[in-house]
Amino acid sequence: MTDITQKYANLAPTTAQKFRQRVLPFLALAVVLAIIPMSGPSGTAYTLLNVMGINIVFALSYNMLLGRGGLLSFGHAVYFGLGGFAAVHAMDAIGSAESGFWANYPIFFLPVIGFAGGALAGAVIGWPSCKRAGTPFAMISLGIAELIAAAGLMFGSIFGGEEGVTGDRMVGHEVFGLSLGPTSEVYWFIAFWTFVGVAGMFAFTRTPLGKLSEATRDNPERVEFIGYNPTRVRYLVFIFAGAFAGLSGGMAAVNYEIFTPEALSLVPSGLVLLMAYIGGIRYFTGPILGAILLTYMQSMLSDFTEAWLLYLGLLFICIVMFAPGGLAGVLYGFTDALRAGKLGEVIGRWAGQAIGSALALFGMIILVEVAVHWSNGFGETFEPYGLHLTFGNPLTWVLIVVPVVAGIVILRRLANTEEGVIA
Amino acid sequence: MSENALSLKGLTKSFGPAKIIQGVDLDIKAGERHAIIGPNGAGKSTLFNLISGLYTPTSGSVKLRGEEIGGMAPFKINRKGLSRSFQVSNIFANMTVRENVRCGVLYSMGYGYSFLRNIGNLKEVSEKTAEILESVDLIDKANLPAVLLPYADQRTLEIAITIAGGADVILLDEPTAGMSHSETDRAVDLITKATEGKTLVIVEHDMGVVFNLADRISVLVYGEIIATGKPEEVRGDPKVREAYLGDEADGLDEGDAA
Ligand SMILES: Nc1ncnc2c1ncn2[C@@H]1O[C@H](COP(=O)(O)OP(=O)(O)O)[C@@H](O)[C@H]1O
Ligand SMILES: [Mg+2]
Repeated sequence: MTDITQKYANLAPTTAQKFRQRVLPFLALAVVLAIIPMSGPSGTAYTLLNVMGINIVFALSYNMLLGRGGLLSFGHAVYFGLGGFAAVHAMDAIGSAESGFWANYPIFFLPVIGFAGGALAGAVIGWPSCKRAGTPFAMISLGIAELIAAAGLMFGSIFGGEEGVTGDRMVGHEVFGLSLGPTSEVYWFIAFWTFVGVAGMFAFTRTPLGKLSEATRDNPERVEFIGYNPTRVRYLVFIFAGAFAGLSGGMAAVNYEIFTPEALSLVPSGLVLLMAYIGGIRYFTGPILGAILLTYMQSMLSDFTEAWLLYLGLLFICIVMFAPGGLAGVLYGFTDALRAGKLGEVIGRWAGQAIGSALALFGMIILVEVAVHWSNGFGETFEPYGLHLTFGNPLTWVLIVVPVVAGIVILRRLANTEEGVIA
Repeated sequence: MSENALSLKGLTKSFGPAKIIQGVDLDIKAGERHAIIGPNGAGKSTLFNLISGLYTPTSGSVKLRGEEIGGMAPFKINRKGLSRSFQVSNIFANMTVRENVRCGVLYSMGYGYSFLRNIGNLKEVSEKTAEILESVDLIDKANLPAVLLPYADQRTLEIAITIAGGADVILLDEPTAGMSHSETDRAVDLITKATEGKTLVIVEHDMGVVFNLADRISVLVYGEIIATGKPEEVRGDPKVREAYLGDEADGLDEGDAA
């Protein structure tokens, strides 16, 4: 028996490995969250950071389904929204309560209400949806999203009609000395719950249920023959995914002090799918990267150009076609190459890919901008650096076609040589 | 009289008009090693699918230690202590060897759908996992992704997952198919060790293995059992020799020699 015990000690990762893989990243996260305010961010920067925190938790909760559970949902904003509405109503209850439970409930802990609301919604809606996996699951999630979004506009007393439900976060008891008035104080609230959400969802991946979720994703048939009901596994995972989405909804309720039925709609459901996928659904950190990038793009690009959704679409297509591992896949590929000492080889190819992508992107940007300017302003033109790029101008077409073709040729040649190497 | 571990009565299975299993009666005693042989397409895997819950019987009954389990969900049957392997390796390819076996161990250790425990801290689960890996000789490859294992090791892992939950009725569907001679010998050793004191039902093509391992043999042809008995009884049965023409009849004689 001692023999076996020794062997099993060798099997498990060492304490040092565990520390490096499981504790260090969270220490780093905590440190990053703590030192960000020291750089003295502007009000806009705080606003952006707060939205990032919300989206990080939301995207990770989505990936509990897509990446870890193999369940493609088109309606995950339903749980974000229902959790958020629960939190906004709780906020109002806190504001108007004279005594009793709500009078003593601090705003700071509203995400707990969101968590419970999301879990409840997941438990009710998940019951019929999780009977099936695969395409039927995806279709059911779409149907339910439509249904709840429509209900959101119909039941004004709950969802506040088109104006939504508003709240005031500067009520009730203060905790940690935070009034939650200025965005810089909301930051600490968001940072706290982002950390809790990320740590909680990571811990979930280490539980028996979390492992079984991956097993069920990969081989639902075999799971049945080791004593597990795959439907039950999916259902429980679904409840947790709903709960963490509700948690991010609760964060959003405090951050925006308003929730509208739009939060339940297909638009945020689609956006969270893009965040998770672009970030990389096979990696725990993927959705975090995706949430950061897309939140940034949404806020920055939408100031620059009205075509930011077109760019988002382009990015998504590129990821699906050229980097199915997402941003995290590219990043880990890079560090793996670094470790294997093959950086030289890999960098050459990546430099080529970067040049090819940049060229293609350049042409696409010109095309998109020319088109958007023209469609918006009844013949307005795109005039970068004093150039006058109209539809009739041959230069316009040269600037579009030449880089795009050159870029695609480079990318294809690189793809071919890569195949050649493998064969 | 020792109790029957498994008891099939008038078991049939049809897919549309095709009657694949046509009335099987079979009693397997607790602790017995029972081999099922028969030509390809005879319905051996289908029979396993009926017993393990993957298929619902068209008619007839399947009893596990006297309790009816026909048509019950596979995970319920598994929890009652019946576990099966698959003819085509059916493992968790993206997980490591250790994680594969650990998945097989979890339910039997009472951790069901637990979401409040860190799986790495479950000492008895880790120990049991190591014990299984040790017994099937995969401990050195424990941290490899299952998908990278050589074929024979994948077959072994298939068996490891099957026995991990500690079931006392084990069904193995062609565990040595596609293995070389030496690999087969190793696999048979390991099966013998791992199923010590348990009830084993095994589908096997290698006659040497069958005649070495089995206490009793059933011959399944076209969904019917044409003979059941001790190895030497079955070998002499004219009906069996008739069903096994050509090469395979030689196989029966090889078994004789072995
Ligand atoms: N799900 C199914 N649907 C239709 N036919 C099936 C199904 N499963 C098995 N069969 C048929 O049953 C017969 C027996 O198959 P099988 O049990 O796999 O044979 P064996 O394992 O003895 O080689 C085959 O003719 C096969 O085509
Ligand atoms: Mg078969």
